[in-house]
Amino acid sequence: MKVDNIYKEEKKSAFAKLSEIIITMASRPSGLIGLSILVFHIILAFISPYIAPHDFKAIDPTLMLQAPSAEYWFGTDDLGRDVFTRTILGGRTALTITFFGSLIALLWGGLLGIFCGLVGGKIDDVVMRIVDAFLSIPWILAMLLIVSLLGTSTEVLIPALGFFYGKGIVRVARAATHDVIAKDFIVSARARGHSNFSIIWNEIIPNVRDAILVEGAMRWSWMLLGFSSLSFLGFGVSPPTPDWGLMISNARGLMSFAYWAVIAPIVGLSSLIIGINLTADAFAKALGIDRSTKAPV
Amino acid sequence: MLFLIIKRILLGFITLFIVSIITFVGTEVLPGDACTTYLERQAFGEQLEACYRRLGLNVPAYERYVSWALNAIQGDFGYSLSGEMPIKDVLGPRIKNSLVLASAAIFIGIPIALILGIITALWRDKLPDVAISTVTIFAMTIPEFISATLLILIIAIWLEWLPGIVIVPTDVSFLELLPNIILPVVAIAMIMTAHMARMVRSSVIQVMASEYVQMAILKGVPYWKMVFKHVLPNALLPAINVVALTIAWLLGGVVVTEVVFNYPGLGRLVIESISNRDLPTVQALAIILASIYVSINLLADLLTLMLNPRLKTLQIRK
Repeated sequence: MKVDNIYKEEKKSAFAKLSEIIITMASRPSGLIGLSILVFHIILAFISPYIAPHDFKAIDPTLMLQAPSAEYWFGTDDLGRDVFTRTILGGRTALTITFFGSLIALLWGGLLGIFCGLVGGKIDDVVMRIVDAFLSIPWILAMLLIVSLLGTSTEVLIPALGFFYGKGIVRVARAATHDVIAKDFIVSARARGHSNFSIIWNEIIPNVRDAILVEGAMRWSWMLLGFSSLSFLGFGVSPPTPDWGLMISNARGLMSFAYWAVIAPIVGLSSLIIGINLTADAFAKALGIDRSTKAPV
Repeated sequence: MLFLIIKRILLGFITLFIVSIITFVGTEVLPGDACTTYLERQAFGEQLEACYRRLGLNVPAYERYVSWALNAIQGDFGYSLSGEMPIKDVLGPRIKNSLVLASAAIFIGIPIALILGIITALWRDKLPDVAISTVTIFAMTIPEFISATLLILIIAIWLEWLPGIVIVPTDVSFLELLPNIILPVVAIAMIMTAHMARMVRSSVIQVMASEYVQMAILKGVPYWKMVFKHVLPNALLPAINVVALTIAWLLGGVVVTEVVFNYPGLGRLVIESISNRDLPTVQALAIILASIYVSINLLADLLTLMLNPRLKTLQIRK
């Protein structure tokens, strides 16, 4: 009974833990900058449809390539569309697709990795060989194949990105599981006759959760990079969806006359990627996980 | 030792085998096959039959896979659809062009990364470290197509120092080609250098904190002698593997950079062949790119094994 009480006193609510992590993250300048950029982008993504001054797909030939003015803050593009409106809406597209993509990647990658780490043996060998094979196909070729296979709608892009970026999480989850699996509490759970499912849920997940979450946060920024590269190459979301990669590739040919149409989406995309990266870094440090020696695979 | 090397090479081949199956199945389920794409409106009856026979699409898929794989091992990837040229003739000059770009970036990038990584580690948390680390974070997080576009906008359009896209044929003399490839090489080298510099930094920091380095300091070994004799050899060894992974990962970045600069390398071929549904070329590209990835990793593993006497007796990590 006494042991139980001590345990309960040390246990904090999830909310308290979360706010503690956020405070630790914000206590470093890089973490604070990253968090503020990310929060700014998320808020903007929620409110952008209500504050957008113009219609994002309104084409007006008389307003082609206007320089920034009081009416059109960031100027207009080659079809006379307002660049400011399209830039603030672009974050919505990128954040939605990559956020849900990362969730899918975390779920299947994490669970498969934990499962492989726990059961080991032949199944583990076969799955890891296949994951290695997928890792050795350059991401751009694999993504292009998937997208040309299934089309470029949002319903395809989210699971495709989620599937593709999850394979790296499998490795991390498996390695983290290997670290805890030899510990006494797992052995004793086995001895008590708990099922594999119960061991995964009650013993392993609480112990590998941090490592997997950090990996997922990092994947998020790479997925954003991959997604916008796809859009840039013309294999991502289709026009007239306001999307940064697409805007940059459209405006690129005319940037000697109209640099504003290319600068605005560049600032948007770069700041979001840097924001996510700094946040993920600070998150890893707050949880005491060192990622700096890992290769970007 | 020999057994480990053989095992490592075998694992590499198994990986390539699985890659070949994945791409074969992947291209097999693409909607529309080579013949319907190639013949477009005339894709029926006699002509379609003739095309299937010519490309050998009338036999079952597994038979096609076996014959394709047997030929591919000998370097024969069949014919591309659009140009009706043997794929190996299409690939040859493209591989050469990409190799020029990638090796220039690697030769510039690795020394700079080493120097920056060592400086930031030795002056950890001081001004040089903070300044360089901030720059590397920017350089490694910004996508290649953005840094490439900004380079074109600033250097080629505003300052007019260098041409913004590669317009000369790539078989001109090196001196004529050089100004054309400076910007793409810088774009690729920048992100790669940033990644490697960060890894070298953390590797050096780890070794600096180890007990034998502390011991050397206590013994009164001169600082720079300690750095070059005790720290660097041990710090750079584990970095080899990570550098190899980074180079392999950047194959994707090379693709994007080539498209931005209109450079006729492997990367643009990837985009062109996928847009044209040129499936035989896509398969060949997947195998070639995967082989590059696998062999870079293999090379790094073997190099680590050879340079590190301790690993000779240990189990190599998969």
